[in-house]
Amino acid sequence: MKFFVRRAIFYVITAWAAVTINFLIPRMMPGDPVAALIAKNQGRLDSSAEQALSVLFGLDSHASIWTQYVQYWRLLLHGNLGLSFSYFPTPVVEVIKQSLPWTIGLVGIATVLSFVIGTLIGAGIGWRRGTWADMLLPVSTFFQAVPYFWLGLLCIALFSVKLGWMPASGSYDRSMVPALTPEFAGSVIRYGTLPALTIVLSSIAGWILGMRNMMVTVSSEDYVTVAHAKGLSERRVMFGYAARNAILPQVSSFALSLGFIVGGTLVMEMVFSYQGIGWALYTAVSNHDYPLMQGTFLVITLSVLVANAVADVVYALLDPRTRQEG
Amino acid sequence: MAVDTTALTTGADVTAPVRGARKGKRRRLLFLRNAKAITGMAILGFFGVLAVIGPWIAPYDPSAVSTAILKPPSAQHWLGTTHLGQDVLSQIVVGTRGVMVVGLIAGVVATAMGVLIGVTAGYIGGAGDETLSALSNVFLVIPQLPLIIIIAGQLPSAGGITVAMVIALTGWAWGARVLRAQTLSLRRRDFVEAARANGETTWRIITSEILPNLTAIIASGFVGTVVFAVLSQITLAFIGVTSVSSWNWGTVLFWAQGNLALQRGAWWWFVPAGLCIALLGTGLTLINFGIDEFVNPRLRSTGLNAGSLRRRGIRPRVGFTPVVHEAKEQ
Repeated sequence: MKFFVRRAIFYVITAWAAVTINFLIPRMMPGDPVAALIAKNQGRLDSSAEQALSVLFGLDSHASIWTQYVQYWRLLLHGNLGLSFSYFPTPVVEVIKQSLPWTIGLVGIATVLSFVIGTLIGAGIGWRRGTWADMLLPVSTFFQAVPYFWLGLLCIALFSVKLGWMPASGSYDRSMVPALTPEFAGSVIRYGTLPALTIVLSSIAGWILGMRNMMVTVSSEDYVTVAHAKGLSERRVMFGYAARNAILPQVSSFALSLGFIVGGTLVMEMVFSYQGIGWALYTAVSNHDYPLMQGTFLVITLSVLVANAVADVVYALLDPRTRQEG
Repeated sequence: MAVDTTALTTGADVTAPVRGARKGKRRRLLFLRNAKAITGMAILGFFGVLAVIGPWIAPYDPSAVSTAILKPPSAQHWLGTTHLGQDVLSQIVVGTRGVMVVGLIAGVVATAMGVLIGVTAGYIGGAGDETLSALSNVFLVIPQLPLIIIIAGQLPSAGGITVAMVIALTGWAWGARVLRAQTLSLRRRDFVEAARANGETTWRIITSEILPNLTAIIASGFVGTVVFAVLSQITLAFIGVTSVSSWNWGTVLFWAQGNLALQRGAWWWFVPAGLCIALLGTGLTLINFGIDEFVNPRLRSTGLNAGSLRRRGIRPRVGFTPVVHEAKEQ
């Protein structure tokens, strides 16, 4: 239990830090871009929306920083992140609510797929070290160094422009009305395949390399030798003894690198104009829509924290040592 | 199955020495003997030279407009031209400097922060350690790229140095974490205890007993941060957060994407810049592999491919990790 309590405390602290960073950034920036935006939209904003924006961005310079902070938290807890300027006059929360499911669907599925496939491949080539499978290593090193979005550009150029197999942008056929029909689901899958494929392709290298190195390390452990000596089948030794232990660091590095991967995949959404959180962030950045920018960052961070917590639970389930402590 | 029972007979045939003749003097150049490190250094050196002399050797002014619009590679324009007739090769050559400078500054600053925070945390221990490592864990978990994007997006003008600073501020945590762990293990070693018993000052213990033993980790952390900084900076330029008026590889991709290079099939516009990024990244990663293998002899053989293992007379098996160089020199 001690493990979970420690982790829970850590996540609470991190969430608090993320909110505080979000609070501080606009206040530390030179100039008041939001004041200019409000002035530009004078008359279109009602007074409560203006009030919320001034709390969120610290325009009310009379109030002390502490009062501002308390007011800021009050707004957040009421789920008020201000109005989006690029989708005026939709509230930021509404924009996020619409885009989050798309991101979770695309990035979530693609990341898990890449983790599972990469770990399996890594286990395979780590086990069969010194065969043709090692050829995969330089290739995956190269893929690790390629920026995610550029791979996305290449895939669009190849599969949608040149070959015309897949649509280049969007998340479903715009002529359809979103509904729970097989046609619509088919369209979503058709539009999601290429972005998902690109995400898997660009993030898989890290999992392959990590798992391979762990397999190499683990395979020289005594218990693997003993398992061989007992005459267990190759497959049993590989999965039941070696891979089973090698996967632990994989899971903990999954938690650690999640932030990095999510960052990269959000850019992928920008490349594919996929209407998720990354696209919302992109719209916000290119339209100087500060409330939406802040809101998406908060949501991205909180989602990563939740995913991290899930990875922690999985780790505890896999490794009995974490459960025994304390 | 090739592996079967032979796992039991490891060790014995592992160390079969292959080339016994040349030893001794080559030992000190171990790092530079590593093929990966050499390749990586060569790639890095190439881009380094390009960063310095780029603006002089570029065949055209990268922003100069000409009548050769969207031309594929030819003798006049080796990498073709853009929608305004600008020379893509010149844009890339001139843009190298921006990429390298930002990568270097961000790498240096982030590494310095990492060393400061990581070593301090590991050495002082106690509550200070708890606080500092919680701080670095928080920065590790918060997704860096979105953070960089929103900071850079709110800055009125995000030039190269500013971007480098923002990247460094968000990217130091990994190095700090690794360094803290290593310092923790060094702190109780005999030579550190001996220095402490001799009455050396804390400052001296840290600078001359602990830091030298962290060199390799610091170096690989630095290289890793540079890779991260280069990728982040190019991503920022690509999505148009930072100033698009100065050239770097990300800006090239920004204009290519914005002017439908993909739809027009102008591959020469976006492929070379990406290849440069990948090449630079691969070079830096190779250097890092070289450092890792230099520090950890066990990895030297795991990095070898099938062919070179066979040449050295080592049959790869499950269950052993031959320490190639060491075995040879005994």
